[in-house]
Amino acid sequence: MPEAPTAPTGEAAGVSETGDATARHPVLRRLADAFGSAIIATDDFRGDATAIVDRGALIAMCRFLRDDPDASFDLLVDVTAVDYLGRSPRFEIVYHLYSVEKNHRLRLKVPVEESDPSVASVVDVWPGANWLERETWDLYGIRFDGHPGLKRIYLYEEFEGHPLRKDYPKERRQPIIGPGAVHRDPMNDDLRK
Amino acid sequence: MSEHDPHTETHGAPASVAPETRAPEPAEDTLDLPFEPMELKMGPSHPATHGTVRILLKLDGERIVESEVEVGYLHRGFEKECESGLYYQAFPYTDRLNYVSPMINNVGYALACEKLFAIDVPERCKYLRVIASEVSRMSDHYTCLGACSLELGAFTAFLYAVEAREHVWDIHDHLCGARVTTNYVRIGGVSVDVGREFPAFVRDKLAQAAKLQQDLEDLLLANPIFRERMEKTGLLSKEQLVALGVTGPLLRAAGVPYDIRRAQPYLVYDRVDFDVPVGELGDNLDRFLVRIEELKQSRRIVEQCLDQMPPGPVDVNDPKVRLAGKGRVFNRMEELIAQFKLVTEGPTPPVGEVYLAVEGGNGELGFYLVSDGTGKPYKCRARSPSFSNTQALSPMIQGALLADVIPTFDMINMIGGECDR
Repeated sequence: MPEAPTAPTGEAAGVSETGDATARHPVLRRLADAFGSAIIATDDFRGDATAIVDRGALIAMCRFLRDDPDASFDLLVDVTAVDYLGRSPRFEIVYHLYSVEKNHRLRLKVPVEESDPSVASVVDVWPGANWLERETWDLYGIRFDGHPGLKRIYLYEEFEGHPLRKDYPKERRQPIIGPGAVHRDPMNDDLRK
Repeated sequence: MSEHDPHTETHGAPASVAPETRAPEPAEDTLDLPFEPMELKMGPSHPATHGTVRILLKLDGERIVESEVEVGYLHRGFEKECESGLYYQAFPYTDRLNYVSPMINNVGYALACEKLFAIDVPERCKYLRVIASEVSRMSDHYTCLGACSLELGAFTAFLYAVEAREHVWDIHDHLCGARVTTNYVRIGGVSVDVGREFPAFVRDKLAQAAKLQQDLEDLLLANPIFRERMEKTGLLSKEQLVALGVTGPLLRAAGVPYDIRRAQPYLVYDRVDFDVPVGELGDNLDRFLVRIEELKQSRRIVEQCLDQMPPGPVDVNDPKVRLAGKGRVFNRMEELIAQFKLVTEGPTPPVGEVYLAVEGGNGELGFYLVSDGTGKPYKCRARSPSFSNTQALSPMIQGALLADVIPTFDMINMIGGECDR
C-alpha cells in the first residue's frame, strides 16, 4: 500500500535526516546501534528502509546484516549504481537486501567520489554479488576491490567507456572492432564518393 | 510436494556441488594417459542456448571440469533508453524484458511507478492486472516446459506446450490486441477495459490449455528417459542458491517457499486462494514439477479473479497521471491542460526512489526507480531474476556430464531479454 507522499529531499534523491526512519524500522535501529557513525543517513521514502553508509564500513556491515539473527539478510537482491553527475560524491552504489526468514528488505547506499570510484566487493559475503558487481563495473565504471574476476559482462572488452554514466551520450558510436575492420564514419559514409 | 517414483532409491541432497558419479570406474588394466581438458564453446548460436548465451566448457571426456557462462548477447540498453524517455514511454521496453511473460513486466513497472507517485488503482484494474500476470506466467511456464522437452528430444510434447501457449496468447490478444508485445498496463490503470464475454472466453481457453497440459504430463512424467535425464541433475543446495541470489521456481524447487505473491502480496493476491508449490531436492525434475503445479495454481487464481472482479472504472481518476477520456478532455479545461502536459512532459513524481518487486515467471522481478522530480526517470533499473539465476548455472553443472547441461539450462529458464536487458 503506498504511503502518503513525503516532502522532497533536495536535489539528490534519497538523502535525508536520520531519526524518523530508525523508529519505524527495527532493522535500521539495529544497524545504527551496531555501526553508529558509519551510518551517514537513513530514510524510508514510500516505506523502503534505506541506510546511507560510509564506504569503509561496508564489508563489516554486510557481514553483520547477513549473520545477525535479527537481521538475517541472506539474499542479496541487487547491486547497482546511480550517477548523480554534477554532485559530489558523484556515484552511489546501491545494494538491495532481503531476508528469506524474516521477510524484510533493506537498501544500502554507499556514496563514492568520482576521483576514486571504487568500493570493496561483497562477493565473500554473498557469492551472488559476482555478476552484479561485474555489471556495475561494465556499465558505470565502479571498481570492486577484491572481486575475483572484475571484467565486463554485457559489453565486449574493447568497448570504450561506461555507457550508463550520465556523461555518456546515448548516441555515441564505438570504433569498429574485429579482424579486417576498416573504420568508416557512419554519418559520412557515401560509397559513391 | 514430491512426485518422485516411490520405487526409486531414496536420495538426499549431496553436500558437495557435484552430483553423484555416473560414469563407471575404469578397469584395472587401463593406462593413465596424460590428457588435456577439451575446450568446447556452446553457443551463442546453439539450438539449446535459446535466448543467446554462451557456455564455455572444459571437458574431461563427458565430464565438465570448468565452465564459464557469457551473457550479454541480447543487451539492448533498457536502462539507458528508459532514462531518455518519459515514465509511460518505458512500457514497450518492459514488454521486451521477459518477452514470454510480458504482462508481468508491464505490471511490475506500473506498480513501481505507482509506488513512486503514491497512487492506488481501482479494484477492477487490480483484478485485471492479476489475471494478466497469471496468464503471462502460464505463457512463461509453457514455454519453459516445452523448450525443455524439445531439447531432451520430446518434440511432440513441445508442440503440445506451444499449442497450450497459443491459447494463452489468445487471452493476451483479447486483453490488449497483441500476443507477445502486450504494452497493456499504464501508470494508473490499464490501456483498455474488457467486455462482458471476457470471463467465459478466458475460462474456455484455460480449459483447452489444461487439457494439453495433461497430455504433456502424461507423455513425459512417466517416461524413463525423461526421468533419467532430469532426476538428480543440476543440483545445488538451497543455501547455495540463496547465497547466489536465486529466486523463483528454482529456489522453490529446492525447498525454500519464497514467493513474493505470498510473502509481500501486491494487487489482490491476498484475496485469492492459491498454493505455492515447493519441491524437495531441487533437481531439474523438481523444477519441472514446480512449474507444472504453478500452472495449475495460476489457472486457479485466474478463475477466482474472474469470479471476484467487480464492475467499475479501470483507471485512476487523476488526470495528472492517467489520461482522462476524450469526453472530458474536450469539454473541461483542467482535463484539457492535464492531457497536454501528460503527453508532452509526462507525469511528474516527487523526488525520491523506490524499489518494488513482483513475482516474475523466473523469480523476483524488481524495479528500482530514482526520480529527480521531472517526467523522465533518473534511473530505471530492472532487477532481473534470469540474470541472478543464470549465475547459478556454472556451479550447477560443475562436475556434471555434458548432457546434463541441457536440462539444467532449460530449467533455469534464462530468458535473454530479461537476463541481458
